[in-house]
Amino acid sequence: MSINPELQGRSYPKGATYDVGREKIREFARAVKATHPAHFDVDAARALGHADLVAPPTFAIIVAQRADAQLIEDPDSGIDFSRVVHAEQRFTHHRPIIAGDELVAELHVDSVRGMGGGAMITTRAEISTAAGEPVATTISAILVRGEGQ
Amino acid sequence: MDFAELTVGQEIGSRTVEVTRADLVKYAGASGDFNPIHWNERFATSVELPGVIAHGMFTMGAAVQLVTDWAGDPGAVSGYQTRFTKPVPVADTDLEPGALIEVAGVVGALDAENSTARIDLTVTSGGQKVLMKAQALVKMA
Repeated sequence: MSINPELQGRSYPKGATYDVGREKIREFARAVKATHPAHFDVDAARALGHADLVAPPTFAIIVAQRADAQLIEDPDSGIDFSRVVHAEQRFTHHRPIIAGDELVAELHVDSVRGMGGGAMITTRAEISTAAGEPVATTISAILVRGEGQ
Repeated sequence: MDFAELTVGQEIGSRTVEVTRADLVKYAGASGDFNPIHWNERFATSVELPGVIAHGMFTMGAAVQLVTDWAGDPGAVSGYQTRFTKPVPVADTDLEPGALIEVAGVVGALDAENSTARIDLTVTSGGQKVLMKAQALVKMA
C-alpha cells in the first residue's frame, strides 16, 4: 500500500485532553536523564517563578505523538508504522509546560513528499490548553520507507 | 548568566550520556513510544537495522540537558530542533553501557533584540554525528 497523496493539507481535530501530572514529569525527566530540580521539586520550580513542576524541553513529544497516531492509524493514510523512521523534530514553546496543564493538540499534515517508493511526511501539532492558550508548536518529519528502502 | 557577556563560539560545556537497553525500555514507557526497534533485537534486525537502536527522541531529550543546566531553568528553553541522521545502536550488555552519547555545546548565535541565545549542539556516538543541526533557543533573563 502506498501513501495517500491527498493527506497533504488534512487536519485532525483536537482529541482527548492530556493532563500533565507531576509524576509524569518526574518519570519523563528521569527517562531522559534530566537532573534539574525544577523537574522534581515543586519548591525549586516555584523559586524560578513557575507555578509547578516544569516539564523537560522535549516533553511535548508525548502529546504530539498522540496526535500523530490519529494520522498513522488512519486506515486511509496508507502508512505502515513498522516502516516509519523519525527524520526531523522541532519544538517551539510559547510557554513552558507545567504540571497541572490540560493540553489538547490539533494536528496538521503540512506536506507529503514522495521519495522512491516511500514518502516524507511533515506534521505540525498545535498544542494549547483546553481553554485555548497556545503552549507549543511541534513539527515532525517522518520518513515512511518504501519496499527495499 | 549575563546576555551581554556571551560571545558567539563560546563553549557551554560537554557531557557523556551512558545508555543501556534498560534506559530505552524506561524511555519507551515514559514517552509511550513502544516501537519494537527500540527493545526487540529480533524485530530490529528483521527490518535491516544493526540491532536495537535508541529512540531519536531519547537522544534529543538527553542531549538538551546540557543546555538546561547551563541556562539554569528548563523553562528558558523556548525552542529546540534537530535532524536525526544516524541511528544509535545500543549493545546488549550487563553492567557496562551499551552506547555512549557525547554532547558538546557552543553559543551559535545571539539575538540582542529578543535576548535569546542559540546553542548549537554536537552530538556523536561511536565517532559518528547522530544529530544534525541540533539547536536550542534559550531566552536569557
